[in-house]
Formats: sequence, C-alpha cells, structure tokens
Amino acid sequence: MEILMCMIAGLLFAAAVYLMLSKSLLRIIIGTGLLSHGTHLMLLTMGGLKTGTVPVLGENAAAYTDPIPQALILTAIVISFGVTAVFLVIAYRAYQELGTDNMDQLRGTESDD
Amino acid sequence: MINLPILPILIPLAAAIVLIFLSKSVSAQRIVSVIASTATVISAIIVMAKVKSDGIQTVDMGSWPAPFGITLVSDMLSILLVLTASVITLCVVLYSFRSIGSGRENFYYYPIVQFLLLGVNGSFTTGDIFNLFVFFEIMLMSSYVLIVIGGTKIQLRESIKYILVNVISSAIFVIAVGFLYSVTGSLNMAHISVRISEIGSEPIITVLAVLFLIVFGLKGAIFPLYFWLPGSYAAPPAPILALFGSLLTKVGIYAILRTYTLFFYHDQPFTHDILSMLALLTIVAGVIGALAYRDVKQILIYNIIIAVGILLFGIATMTEESIAGTVFYLIHDMIIKAGLFLLGGIMIYIAGTSNLNKMGGLIRQYPSLGWTFLLASFALAGIPPLSGFTGKLLIVRSGFAESEYVGSIIVLLSSLAVLYSVINLFMAVFWKTPETPLPDVKKRTGLLFVPAAALVVLSVLYGVGTEAVYPYVMQAVDALIQPEIYIDAVLKE
Repeated sequence: MEILMCMIAGLLFAAAVYLMLSKSLLRIIIGTGLLSHGTHLMLLTMGGLKTGTVPVLGENAAAYTDPIPQALILTAIVISFGVTAVFLVIAYRAYQELGTDNMDQLRGTESDD
Repeated sequence: MINLPILPILIPLAAAIVLIFLSKSVSAQRIVSVIASTATVISAIIVMAKVKSDGIQTVDMGSWPAPFGITLVSDMLSILLVLTASVITLCVVLYSFRSIGSGRENFYYYPIVQFLLLGVNGSFTTGDIFNLFVFFEIMLMSSYVLIVIGGTKIQLRESIKYILVNVISSAIFVIAVGFLYSVTGSLNMAHISVRISEIGSEPIITVLAVLFLIVFGLKGAIFPLYFWLPGSYAAPPAPILALFGSLLTKVGIYAILRTYTLFFYHDQPFTHDILSMLALLTIVAGVIGALAYRDVKQILIYNIIIAVGILLFGIATMTEESIAGTVFYLIHDMIIKAGLFLLGGIMIYIAGTSNLNKMGGLIRQYPSLGWTFLLASFALAGIPPLSGFTGKLLIVRSGFAESEYVGSIIVLLSSLAVLYSVINLFMAVFWKTPETPLPDVKKRTGLLFVPAAALVVLSVLYGVGTEAVYPYVMQAVDALIQPEIYIDAVLKE
C-alpha cells in the first residue's frame, strides 16, 4: 500500500514538473497545486498506512494510526491553499498590468526597468 | 517556567492585528508600529538577559511536555538573532515614514512588516521542525505581499518568479520533514538529534542532510540556488529590500547552522565538504556579480550572496572558533546590510536612478551621507576595528587551522573584491562629476538618514565593543558545538 501511494505521489510530481515547465502562467499555478497534493500524499504515507484504528487511545490501546502526519497535512493543506490563492490573485493582476501570461515575455532585462 | 520567550513573537502578532483595523489612519499606524517594534526590542533584551543569567529558556506550548508538544526554545543564538531582527525592523519602520509612499501605507504595509517580523522571530525561536516550516510560511507569505505591494510592473513580473521558487522549496521542505519524521519518529528538534545519534551515520541521514540543504539553500541563496535572488530583490523599494536582504536570507543560514550542528554532524567528511564547496562557489559567483554590475541595488544584492558564502564556509569548517566567527559575522551582516540598503535607498532617492553611470557628485551637497556610506563600506569589507573584522578573522583563522587553505584564501580575497565593489560604488555616486549638473535645491533627507545612520553606528559599536559581545556569542557557540546542552535544556533530562 505504501509503495502504491509513493508511486501516485511520484506521478503527481511528474505532472507538476511538466506543468511548471510550460510557458503559460495558469498551467504553472495548477502545477504548484499538483505539487502540493503530491507532497501531502507523501507526508501521509510517511506515517505508515493501515496500521490500525482511530487514534483515540484508551488504557490498553493495541492498534492505532499515527495521528501526527494527519495533523501536519491539515496545516500544510491550509498553507498551500492560502499560497495558491495569493498566487492566483497576483497572476491575474500581473496579466492585467502586463498584458501577457507568457513566461517568455515576463523574462525582464535591466534595460526595461 | 516562564513564558518570556514567546513575547518577541506575540507582540508583532498583536500589533499586526491591531494595525489591520487602523488601515484608514496612516498616523495611527505609524504610532502603533513604532510602539510595537520598540516593545519587541525591549522584550528581546529582557529575554536575552534571562538567557544570559539562567541558561536556555524553553516554553512548552499548551503545557504538553517536550517532545510531544511544540516547544519554543530561546538559546543565546536564537535570542541574539531575534534582537538583531527586531532592531532592524524598528529602523526600517522609521525609515519607511518618508520613503514608502502613502499608496503603500494605506494598503497594509505596516501590518505586513509586523507579520514578517513575527515569522522571522518565530523561525529563530521555535524548537520544532514542522513549526519551523509554519513560521517560514508566515514569513514567506508576508514577503509575497511586500514584494508586490505597490503593484508596479517590474514588481508584478518579479513576484511571480519569487513565489514560484518559494512554493517549490516549501514543498521540498514538507517532504524533507516527512522523511525525517518517518526515520526518527519525532518533530522536536532536540528529540530528533537524540534519535539521529542513536541511528548513527546511516546513508538515509545523509540524504536528509542534502534535502534540507536544498530547502534552506533556496531560501538562503547559496550556489547554484541563488539565481532567483538578484532579480526579485531589485524589484521592491529600498526599505522592503533592506528587510529582505538583512532578514530573509539570514533565516535560511540560521536554519542550516541549526540543522547542521544539531542533526547532521555525524557524517562530516561528506556533508560538510559539500557545504564548504558550495560556500566557495557562492562566494565566487557573488564576487563576479558584484564586480560586473553598474547599479546600486545589484552591487549591494550580490554582496548578500558573498556574505552567505562566507557564513556557509564558517559552518562547514565546524570548529568552535569557526562557529563563533559565523555567529559574529551573521549578526554583523544583518545590521550592516540593512544599513547599506537604507543608505543606498537615500542615494537612489536623491539621484532618481540606481544606474551608476547616471549618478555622481553627491558629496558636495550630502557630505554626511557620503562619509557614513564609506564607513559602512569599510565595515562590510571587514576593516579593523569595524564590525566585519572579528567574524572574518575567526572564520579564516580556523580555516587555516583545519588546513582549508584554498577556502580561507578565497574568503580573504573576497574581502578585497567586496572592498573594491563598494568603493567603486562610493566613487561613482559621490566623487565622479555628474553628466548633468545636480540641481541647487537640496532634497530633504534628514528623516531618512537618521535610522540608516543609527544602524551604521550600531555596527561600529558592535565592532568596537567586541569584547563586551564576546561572552554572549560564546554562550551561543557552546550550545551549537555541544548539542547536549540544547537537548538537556529542552528535554529536561
């Protein structure tokens, strides 16, 4: 199960890298979204999967799932959600001001500062 | 147990929340900002005195005992850096009154600066590796806003690249933390250190060391991961640039210093050799940039990269003396870089351009600015008795002691290159006859000059008063060289 999840995370990463290497700004942002999905899946896998039941511990809890990766993912998801929102807004504003979403034209040199 | 170490984090947070509600009134924002920044400085001084007398201070959040809860740890290194960051922020806030412009002031500039300080102070103080990620994100989120605030074309263009680079490095950070957790089963930094010494020098630990180096190297701008820095940092105006240049990259360096002395000190022939190699390449790349450009901002920005290389070399040498040099140089570099960027901002404001070829002759009308800048340049290059000298001396001497001749000589030569680049800047801006004669009317720069000069004076005092600072730095070094001190303080064994 862990290996399967690792492969899915790897696929998401590959897709993310492909999207981020493209020239359209929107594709790049979607790429960062996929990248964070892959990261979160990876984080979940790191705690071990299917090791037991809910992490509500009694006196003699024999099997339970490690709750820490889940807490970490919750934090990481919220953060990546916020960052994606900021990124989208800035990208939209940049598109309005600069009139392009093609990264080739956003390169910028000293002469046009 | 006292809750003091949380104050330098809590005060900026409270101030930022209050400031958001005061967005209509600029003067109220200024007053609250100054009061909050001063309070942060005072609280940092109090914590420092406490750490000096009673040793490392820890706070277990929510009273969950370490290593189960999040622990804040103020050791001497953390609190020295927190104090420096708070002083710099105070000066930058004062400088901003005259330079940042009402457009930015009305759109949440002051709250974001406080959030940035919250993130920086938090990163320095936290003793939990995932919490470090969270504070990094707070800091980065504020920096995303600061780099784009004002919305000029160049800022929008550069902010996209800046955000993209940092999103990727954050993703790698989370993965690295995940791997570290799966190997050690803990997030508390002291506890991780214990677990790693039980494991010993397994290959997976070395892999983790390199992963963390990539993450922090992207934030700290080490070779070859510094490519984003010169473009992005040149976009925002001077006060924001001063905050970025003096605080953000240094947080990355602090994180490398912390992880490489606390976690990854078992396989030094491999990890610290990589570190030393990258450090020297970083210095060379920075020197090339600093000598090549004819632009005030770019020359100063490439000097950040040189300083990063020197600091990394100090960490890579990894003796008591070199770490002491690194801590000395880290604090020096934060202060002097902020001062130089603020002075550079005044020069750009007077000349109306940052291109050296179009500037010149400022010494006639602005002598005090010129001589202060020259003094700051000497301090940056490390001319005794100014502040850069002690740190560099210790780093180079320990390099020679460890037979790292090539590295030490490159560090020494880089000082010459730094001196040449800033003196070149000084000559072009102040001595050279300008192409177009300067207007007779002098621009008013008094209120801009005071905070910038205060930082330069602070740097001079730091250099002259090395003897007084020495016991504080050595207490910081003790906890870095002997991780047991840090671990015992956190886990209370």
